[in-house]
Amino acid sequence: MKNIIAIYRRELGSYFVSPIAYSVIGVFLAIVGLVFYFGMFSRIITDVMRYRMQAMQSGQAGDIDVPLILLQQLMGFAATVSLFMVPMLTMGSYAEERKRGTMEMLMTSPLTELQIVLGKFFSGLTLYILLIAPTLVFNLYVAKFSDPSFPWRILWSSYLGLVLLGAVLIAIGLFISSLTENQIVAGVVTFAVALMLWIINIFASDAGTTTGQVLQYLSVIRHYEDFTRGVIDTTSLVFYLTLTALGLFLTWQSLNSMRWRRA
Amino acid sequence: MIEVEHLTKSYGRGNAVSDISFKVNKGEIVGFLGPNGAGKTTTMRIITGYLPATSGTARISGFDVAEQSLEVRKRIGYLPETPPLYPEMSVHAYLEFIARIKGVATADITNRTNYAMEATGLLERKDDLIKRLSRGYKQRVGIAQAIVHDPDVVILDEPTNGLDPNQILEVRNLINRLSGEHTIILSTHILKEVEETCQRVVIINKGRIVAEDTPQNLSKQRAGSERTHLLIRGDEAAVKAAIGTIEGIHSIEAKDKEGLLDVTVENQAGTDLRSQIAARVVTSGFELFELRSESLSLEEVFRQLTTEEKTEAAS
Repeated sequence: MKNIIAIYRRELGSYFVSPIAYSVIGVFLAIVGLVFYFGMFSRIITDVMRYRMQAMQSGQAGDIDVPLILLQQLMGFAATVSLFMVPMLTMGSYAEERKRGTMEMLMTSPLTELQIVLGKFFSGLTLYILLIAPTLVFNLYVAKFSDPSFPWRILWSSYLGLVLLGAVLIAIGLFISSLTENQIVAGVVTFAVALMLWIINIFASDAGTTTGQVLQYLSVIRHYEDFTRGVIDTTSLVFYLTLTALGLFLTWQSLNSMRWRRA
Repeated sequence: MIEVEHLTKSYGRGNAVSDISFKVNKGEIVGFLGPNGAGKTTTMRIITGYLPATSGTARISGFDVAEQSLEVRKRIGYLPETPPLYPEMSVHAYLEFIARIKGVATADITNRTNYAMEATGLLERKDDLIKRLSRGYKQRVGIAQAIVHDPDVVILDEPTNGLDPNQILEVRNLINRLSGEHTIILSTHILKEVEETCQRVVIINKGRIVAEDTPQNLSKQRAGSERTHLLIRGDEAAVKAAIGTIEGIHSIEAKDKEGLLDVTVENQAGTDLRSQIAARVVTSGFELFELRSESLSLEEVFRQLTTEEKTEAAS
């Protein structure tokens, strides 16, 4: 445990003295913030006004849940931006250690490979949580002026989904980073793999067939949509946790095999 | 302290290291000498547990490097060829991290990092970021990380590689200071370094140990015979006749040098005939200007050994 904490602290510290964490967090918040303000907020308000006008003219009163739509839009967008940002956080994690020769130092220290894997994973996850945490401000802002009352349950389940989704992306990113000395390659491949898991349900043209169902199931974003509707499905939980564990396991094996195939 | 027995490491095409055996006793400094690509780094990586051996065993303080890797790793400090540094960290933060993962008790961490910084002369640079340090200072940080957890054995792979002459001198002095407390193996392809810092040399070439002894003995042994140089005023034939009767002399050569006779006498290694020669020269009535014995320099020994090996491999 002491070793995991040592690795964790060093990793997190390194994120914050290098420009990577600041630029990723900055870019992430800027994009989400701009889209929230110009894209969703103002557009939805115009839409609602138009809808209300039409409703009044035709004499039918209809309600739409504006806070819910705003929340779902924002969380959906945050997930999409994470897809682009997480590879940048994880790409250097092992690749840089290998390139700088510090991997040799870690491997000859009295640490187990698993301790390295877990320390790095949790520091990545912590940074990711710090990355998405400020978006709460947007939601709380909506909640303040919310009418009908703000869907708090959906807010928390969405954030749970976003963190789980991040854990999957980080675990995959770390595994890919452990395969190469080149962090750019690691970043690009991670992005490609994550994108693949994102859009895999597109290939499921026929959801009736078994293949179609499997492809649907493998889509990372489809499970996330459940969370943004306030549904915490065991299937989705298991899916995310399994993928994360698989990523960590593969990283662990990758480090183990480094010791044996090194030439 | 370190026992290596019949260590072999083969990669796809051939052996990087073939059947290496040697021992290092507690407190010794042993130099691993060989040309680039001789298998020094491979051997060190096996001893540290970084690389698995194809066959053979290595033990540190009685622990097998393959079977009890974690125990071994607690007891070694290792400086790889490129110092394993995190450039964005400060010197003391880096050493604290290393101390932590090397298993230093939390209460001792400050003490140990201070000790390592003091030993390597880094105290006044402790708050500097590693990336701002010069090559020589980075190397010191590399050595500091190898000793911070007070390991039994310190393994240094080319500790003076890429340093300027002043820095090399500093690192050598540093190694000499460490020698009392730690058992040290260092590798190098620079002969002077071995002569100045090591008590014992293991010469390795093409993955095999070709010689192992103290630097002084190696120089003597390999020479096969010892040479004595004399500067004498006298007639060449008469001088040869006078000295030639001394028992144990192999050959005498003489040539003219600025009016004097430059005589080179070769005799059996291990016999010291200098006083006899001097006495004979003087009693025979020649004037003796200079007398010095010469043994082969380690550099010549090294070249002999490593080229012999080459011709063997070719045949």
